[in-house]
Amino acid sequence: MATVKETNQAEKQKSDVMLQYLRPKKKFPSVWCAGCGNGTVMGAIIRAIDKLGYSKDEVVMVSGIGCSSRMPVYLDFSSLHTTHGRALPYATGVKFAKPHLKVIVITGDGDALAIGGNHFIHACRRNIDITAILINNYIYGMTGGQGSPTTPSKAFSTTTPYGNVEKHFNPSELAMAAGATFVGRTTVYHVPQMEKMITQALEHKGFSLVEAVSNCHTYFGRLNRQGDPVAMLKMFKDLAVPAARAKNMTPEELEGKLVTGVLQDIEKTEFCDEYQKVVDAHRGVK
Amino acid sequence: MSDSEAAGKTDSKPARKAKYDYSSGPPPLNINLKWCKACNICIALCPQQVFEPDRDGKPVIARPDDCTQCTICWVHCPDFAITSNYK
Ligand SMILES: Cc1ncc(C[n+]2csc(CCOP(=O)(O)OP(=O)(O)O)c2C)c(N)n1
Ligand code: SF4
Ligand code: SF4
Ligand code: SF4
Repeated sequence: MATVKETNQAEKQKSDVMLQYLRPKKKFPSVWCAGCGNGTVMGAIIRAIDKLGYSKDEVVMVSGIGCSSRMPVYLDFSSLHTTHGRALPYATGVKFAKPHLKVIVITGDGDALAIGGNHFIHACRRNIDITAILINNYIYGMTGGQGSPTTPSKAFSTTTPYGNVEKHFNPSELAMAAGATFVGRTTVYHVPQMEKMITQALEHKGFSLVEAVSNCHTYFGRLNRQGDPVAMLKMFKDLAVPAARAKNMTPEELEGKLVTGVLQDIEKTEFCDEYQKVVDAHRGVK
Repeated sequence: MSDSEAAGKTDSKPARKAKYDYSSGPPPLNINLKWCKACNICIALCPQQVFEPDRDGKPVIARPDDCTQCTICWVHCPDFAITSNYK
């Protein structure tokens, strides 16, 4: 009998591979607005997991609250849909108790960087082997378009009706500064790149962040006159600058652009491994 | 736009179920109209202009022979409504 892995490998080219990973009892289509990038990211995650041949029981998907955080509800993995901003602490617990599992955190810009900002930097700092997929749509989608920590300066949201006066966070740079060992940025226009980056992030040992820039046309797009999903996808295409090209550009030239690609891929000791070493040493195990 | 013009525009769009000639094999793609939310992404991104919107804005395979199975429409569909019969 073919193992789960072999079956998965054989089917990796199929265009309907996504359907095999959806929860059979869930009602589809999803609650997301028509054209919302969350679904596109979900497809990319499924194809990446399928390509790697992980079994459904091997993967744990953890999320907080938000439109993006509804993703684990639809996917047939072991999953935890937790409280707002706390996905990373729950995921840390899961990984710590069962280090052989692949723990994936799905989070939004508000979830990870506003209420969960502290958890985010400390997960990066510890370099725990978790893959966080941060869907950055520059706004709080679920609660009606309030400004988030990534809402760009001068951009409109329901809480910044005259334009945002604050400076914004750059999630990827924040993660790199905090000590994450794999960081990549991609957009929902660049689906094949996203798929590859998620594959790399899942294979990476240590904390990995994939920042998937996505369209919330319902709030961010409408309030900032960026148009429908198609117009926003084309905008991401125009704004994207591959990391290799961005190296030779000045900060002024990069103003408002999206640097895409793998931004950091380094090796450092991993949290669970280090902890195990301490346990072994004090139990007298060689 | 007057009512008659609006009506004329709707009428010129293909009907929801386009007639498909199965003699040369199954259509290149399956579209799950129950899941499709008419977001227009596949229609706009297809490099070969294979689709036309129907009166609800959902894709109809208008030019099946032009499809190169390039994967763009199904990887971009946020609702998994498109699958291929060949890939
Ligand atoms: C403790 C707590 N505070 C506030 C909320 C309200 N709330 C729900 S979702 C959300 C923001 C989600 O934004 P984001 O993480 O960017 O996800 P998106 O919906 O944009 O995908 C907020 C503030 C909550 N559910 N729980
Ligand atoms: S409100 Fe925005 S983020 Fe939420 S489903 Fe709609 S488009 Fe997506
Ligand atoms: S597979 Fe490519 S060519 Fe065929 S319909 Fe989809 S986007 Fe168009
Ligand atoms: S991309 Fe998917 S949901 Fe959007 S119109 Fe095409 S088939 Fe429908």
